[in-house]
Amino acid sequence: MKQDYVLHLADTHLILGQRLGEWCGHNFVLEQDIAMSNIALDLFGQCRSLYQYAAELGGNTQTEDQLAFLRGERQYKNHLLVEQPNGDFAFTLARQFFFDVYHQLLCEELVKCSDKQLQAIAEKSLKEVRYHLTWSSEWMIRLGDGTTESHDRLQTAVNELWMWTHELTTTASYEKALDVPKPANFRTAWQAKVRAILNEATLEIPADGTQQAGGKEGIHTEHLGYILSEMQMMQRTFPGMTW
Amino acid sequence: MSKDWPLWEVFIRSRQGLDHKHVGSLHAPDARMAMENARDVYTRRQEGVSIWVVESKNIHASNPDEAAQFYDPAEDKVYRHPTFYNVPDDIEHM
Repeated sequence: MKQDYVLHLADTHLILGQRLGEWCGHNFVLEQDIAMSNIALDLFGQCRSLYQYAAELGGNTQTEDQLAFLRGERQYKNHLLVEQPNGDFAFTLARQFFFDVYHQLLCEELVKCSDKQLQAIAEKSLKEVRYHLTWSSEWMIRLGDGTTESHDRLQTAVNELWMWTHELTTTASYEKALDVPKPANFRTAWQAKVRAILNEATLEIPADGTQQAGGKEGIHTEHLGYILSEMQMMQRTFPGMTW
Repeated sequence: MSKDWPLWEVFIRSRQGLDHKHVGSLHAPDARMAMENARDVYTRRQEGVSIWVVESKNIHASNPDEAAQFYDPAEDKVYRHPTFYNVPDDIEHM
């Protein structure tokens, strides 16, 4: 049960890191190439701690690498938001911003939870996550309140991603049963922060239409399979391979 | 896009250092972003604890063509170095 929760956190970090990593070498300026790779590496660092903890909770029958590289799609518990394709820079940015707001709220709650291991991981992550949110907020404001084209592209991204954001603040079955933060409790705080930045960025807040969920319970969009096949190819072709 | 952004010079003060040293330059749309870019590009290996950024156009540099009249006259004025004093024997660490 607790392993499910830790895997949910780890998977979300890993898949978002993998998505951000796709930008490496393809970004529009060197400075952002480095900035986004830095964020991806922060997320990989955090997910390693989480996978190590998950392995320990599972009685070390599987290593951190086996958990990351040898599980199937339905065993992944990441949010649907983070597996959505990069699209253009506006899309990647809006996805990151929605996630960062959630991530900071989560870490601020996790540092107070009773599990010492999760508490320590969250404390270490919080400094990194605060910077991520600063980075994505600054860009949301600049592009939203920028040129007509940047505003329109970002508004499109916000609108199209909106239906994946609700899941960030839903509480899964394994979260209900454990003494861990309940994401549904910070929905109001998430909405308030997102609203404040979107307002400053002169972006419209989309109407709450149909919302998608399921990732946290292992039901994914078609995109995750492609991510996993690329990410897991080496371990599956050459089992146990190391650098 | 970066060619539309102004160039900034980046100065970093290391953990042990007292002064900010020039480390390089980067492109950014404004000072705030220049600061963030400098953090991402130049401090990822713990190079520093303080950053200055200044837009390159605000730096006034000496003209290389004037190097001769600027610097050469100092060449034969060795007496400007404080090496011609007799230091008393009981003064240490000089």
